[in-house]
Amino acid sequence: MAEPIIIARDVHKWYGNFHALRGVDMEVEKGEVIVIFGPSGSGKSTFIRTINRLEEHQQGQIVVDGIELTHDVRNIEMVRQETGMVFQQFNLFPHLTVMQNITLAPIQVRKKGKAEAEEKANQLLKRVGIPEQAYKYPGQLSGGQQQRVAIARALAMEPKIMLFDEPTSALDPEMIKEVLDVMTELANSGMTMLVVTHEMGFARAVANRMFFFDEGNIVESGTPTDIFKNPKEDRTKLFLSQILQH
Amino acid sequence: MAAITSTKNEMQPPPSERSTPIGWLLKNLFNSWYNILLTIVAGLIIFAVLRGTINWALTDARWAVIPNNIRNFLVGQYPSAIAGQTDYVWRLGLGLYLLAAVIGLTFGSRIRRPEPIGAVLVAIPIVLALLPILYFYTVRPENLTAGDIWTTAFQIFALDIIGIAGLIVGRIGGDRFKRTVTILWILYFPVIVLLIRGVGDNHLIREAPLAAIQTRFWGGLLLSLLLAVVGIMGSFPIGVMLALGRQSKLPVLRYLSVIYIEFIRGVPLISLLFMGQVMLNLFLPDQIELDRVIRAMVPITMFSAAYLAENVRGGLQSIPNGQYEAAWALGLNGFQTMARIILPQALRTVIPVMVGQFIGLFKDTSLVAIVGLLDLLGIARGVIANPNYIGTQREVFLFISLFYFVFSYALSYTSRRIEANLGVGQR
Repeated sequence: MAEPIIIARDVHKWYGNFHALRGVDMEVEKGEVIVIFGPSGSGKSTFIRTINRLEEHQQGQIVVDGIELTHDVRNIEMVRQETGMVFQQFNLFPHLTVMQNITLAPIQVRKKGKAEAEEKANQLLKRVGIPEQAYKYPGQLSGGQQQRVAIARALAMEPKIMLFDEPTSALDPEMIKEVLDVMTELANSGMTMLVVTHEMGFARAVANRMFFFDEGNIVESGTPTDIFKNPKEDRTKLFLSQILQH
Repeated sequence: MAAITSTKNEMQPPPSERSTPIGWLLKNLFNSWYNILLTIVAGLIIFAVLRGTINWALTDARWAVIPNNIRNFLVGQYPSAIAGQTDYVWRLGLGLYLLAAVIGLTFGSRIRRPEPIGAVLVAIPIVLALLPILYFYTVRPENLTAGDIWTTAFQIFALDIIGIAGLIVGRIGGDRFKRTVTILWILYFPVIVLLIRGVGDNHLIREAPLAAIQTRFWGGLLLSLLLAVVGIMGSFPIGVMLALGRQSKLPVLRYLSVIYIEFIRGVPLISLLFMGQVMLNLFLPDQIELDRVIRAMVPITMFSAAYLAENVRGGLQSIPNGQYEAAWALGLNGFQTMARIILPQALRTVIPVMVGQFIGLFKDTSLVAIVGLLDLLGIARGVIANPNYIGTQREVFLFISLFYFVFSYALSYTSRRIEANLGVGQR
């Protein structure tokens, strides 16, 4: 089997005295869809953010697509070009149109021509289902539309890995589905995905493996069937019963 | 029952709030006994003040001091034919014509809808051209002929002709001219400096068209505007860099920026101007003698930069962290993140405060009169001291106040238009 595309070994992270990540180990194969879930403050978001170095890990090793994350700025920039990220709060650039949001990085970082970048952007907007919104500003779109633009913006860099940090948590209920549909389509297309989410329906349908985080480490991992049918750890059982109750 | 639900679901117009002028008066000025009293008392006070002022302006005031010194007010001692020297004021006129052309091109190629500011810009030369005509036919001065006056009026009005010609050319060129217009604006500043300053050392020796006019001959409105424009254009990049420096992760850069900002903000501008005029030469080697105007420009720019840095820092702090993270996650480097994502948003939010500061800067340039430069205020003081015009303080100060007001209001109005167009405060 080929080398895993993401390797995290014994990753530690402190915020001041608070030990946020306590020796996380994870390997992700190319094309896998990983769902990470757990109570708030368990370190799941922190962990996903160490993978593109939005958070710096202080101990351990992270290797993404053969590039180790160190203090070397060139390595960090290379990893960031290969990983797309979608945030809970969308973080679209409000002063740029949807089209400019999507084409900015391909033009500035990948040095693509404007026409080429815009053609690609139009394809992506069609793929996420909002081709008619290209020349609006983010503030004129609904939350679900903004999040789909954010996905298109990340995909425009043609990343090998997509990171989703609670992508549906800030959305109204009727908009969650339109975002999950796009993510499902993306998962089926073979993209490597790490998704922090509590959408268990999505996890059941598309995840290859699931990781349960608590208190800064992985408590349990396995296929969705393992996790939902017979969780081994009491903490996993308790958490699942709490979020699946309603 | 069915009828009631159907009207409930229909869209209804909002309740009308239209009112007649009398209705407005009743509602806002005469709505209770104490407001009626206040309105009457305030009305009497305004009447008393205005009657005195208007009476003075129409009868006692000696307005002749203004047209008799108009060259002084506008350009100071800049060599002109009226003073019996070779005339170089045509260079300033040429600079204005070029400005009109560039503004016309900008409007033509960039602005789709008609803007009220365009009408104001067109109206200004018309009003200015009418003034000498009005003066000539009311006062009938003996030293001027009708031909002179109509020529002057036409020279002013030509600003409109050139501007509108530029507008038409710009409209025809459309989007293709956008880049050209940017280049023209960048080229305009060295050209205007060349026109005002000329080349070489001394105009009195060589009378070439582009002979140097030393800065001690610059004065009046010309000098005030120059100080303000140089101050604004110089302090903007310095201020932005200081604001970024203050947020830098490098301690040396950060502390240098903090020290600079806090030191300059802790000192009055007038003391910086005195330092510039008196002390700067003590520090510099003997061979280098900086020009007095430059010695005023430097403190004004430094002073403005420190305040601007704090304003820009406020804008930078208003940008949420998610904007940085989104830019980094896309692979943009630190410089690209600043230039493309953070600064455009930060500067946009501080446009109102920045323009307020620039208006303050423009008015503060009048402090250079205290250190002996002949800006608009300096010229005014000179004119008042002239034995021929003793006792004309009110006329002269009213006149220069009008100048300051017109330019400050123009800045403020422009900034409000820009804000409206950029949608400041609307995410």
